[in-house]
Amino acid sequence: MTTIRQAALVAGKDLRIQFRTRFGAAALLPFAATLLIAFGLSLGPGRALLREAAPGLLWLAVLFASVLSFGQAYGSEVEDGALEGLVLAPLERAAIFLGKAAAVAAELLLLEAVVIALVVALFGLSIGARPLDLAAALVLGTVGLAAVGSLFGLVVAAARRGEALLPLLVLPLAVPILVAGTRATAAAASGGAGSWLGLLLAFDAAFVAAGMLVFGFLLED
Amino acid sequence: MSAAERAMGRIVARPGERALGWAAAAALAASAVLSLAVAPPDAQQGQVQRLMYVHVPTAWLAYLAFAVVFVASIAYLRTKRSRWDRLAAASAELGVLFTALTILLGSLWARPVWGTWWTWDPRLTTTAVLLLIYLGYLAVRRLTDSPPRRARWAAVVGIVGFIDVPIVHLSVQWWRSLHQGPTVARLGGPTIAPVMLATLLVAVAAFTLAYLYLLALRLRVGRVEERTVAEALSPRIGRPAEDLLDDAAGAPVEPAPRGR
Repeated sequence: MTTIRQAALVAGKDLRIQFRTRFGAAALLPFAATLLIAFGLSLGPGRALLREAAPGLLWLAVLFASVLSFGQAYGSEVEDGALEGLVLAPLERAAIFLGKAAAVAAELLLLEAVVIALVVALFGLSIGARPLDLAAALVLGTVGLAAVGSLFGLVVAAARRGEALLPLLVLPLAVPILVAGTRATAAAASGGAGSWLGLLLAFDAAFVAAGMLVFGFLLED
Repeated sequence: MSAAERAMGRIVARPGERALGWAAAAALAASAVLSLAVAPPDAQQGQVQRLMYVHVPTAWLAYLAFAVVFVASIAYLRTKRSRWDRLAAASAELGVLFTALTILLGSLWARPVWGTWWTWDPRLTTTAVLLLIYLGYLAVRRLTDSPPRRARWAAVVGIVGFIDVPIVHLSVQWWRSLHQGPTVARLGGPTIAPVMLATLLVAVAAFTLAYLYLLALRLRVGRVEERTVAEALSPRIGRPAEDLLDDAAGAPVEPAPRGR
């Protein structure tokens, strides 16, 4: 079985769990919406300010919500010894990492589709000029975020008392995603976002590769 | 006698540690004289520019310390020898200390010269993010009581965190170039007087010696910690403490002094 096929199996399992527990719809989405409302209230009702801040608020909401989803993705693994089953299954370690990351990425992309609509409605984000650039920024940013989160979600879940630590680990590492994602989103409304997309791609390559290399060490127990 | 006391009795300073300490102290004293009395005040900034002689060395050491964490983390994952983990942990603590000092000293320098405590300059912002990443590293070390687990988790953070640094720097640099802000003053202007450069080099060397000395001390504390756990566990498990040390085979732990 190829690595990709194994990863697809792991991702399928995770997505099935997510679908059946409705975690995304029941917790993730309301949380992201709450954040957006809170951002709006903290900035005041001025249309110009909100419009200018919209790309950053979009990515902040995605970033904070993603941290919740990483905790959830591994929370179900540490219950009832599910992780041991996963480790004992004839799967490559790198494939487990890719599968977990892919499932989280898929879930986040669905979330982002709704968050985008909310940001357009609430803050007047303009996405007209180059929607493809925006879509590329979201996909690339989500992949990098999922790679970081899948690495540290496991650490925090295995420790069983580290939930508060996950944002401290993920958010500083994800600074390039916040910066490049925000800039690419803003650029998509006016001109090209090319170089920012390149930066996101570099981040993805670095963290997916690093994750595949080191993830196995986290599973050795 | 407690397990900690027994462990301390068996872990003695390695040869050269004391000499390193004196060398660091002498170099720091020389550096203080040079930077406070010998080097001239800056033509534009005056006396406050002397902060350069502590700010630049702490910044250099912050990055050096995290590079050591990176290398030691890789070495740990490859060899599983706990000495690499102790090195990574010791260097990370010093790196956090020097990063915090860098930001603090830079802030004190920026206030009179740039008129602000903080500016979103790429180097400043990268350094702040660096501090947060390694605070996370230290927090991960407190997550679990199992030493091999702690070492493996920390090594992963130590590797991934260091890979992130150039990407963070690049992203903040590009981000900054879009917002044309106040131009950041170059250190001491475009060229630097030879005496100032010499003073700076002495300061960098002195701080590096201090880092090495502190590292040696922290490594010794790390060995005591590991030994203490082994001593405390050994009667309960019924095996000699030596067998419980990760590096039992080959670690140069000093032989126990007779009669204690």
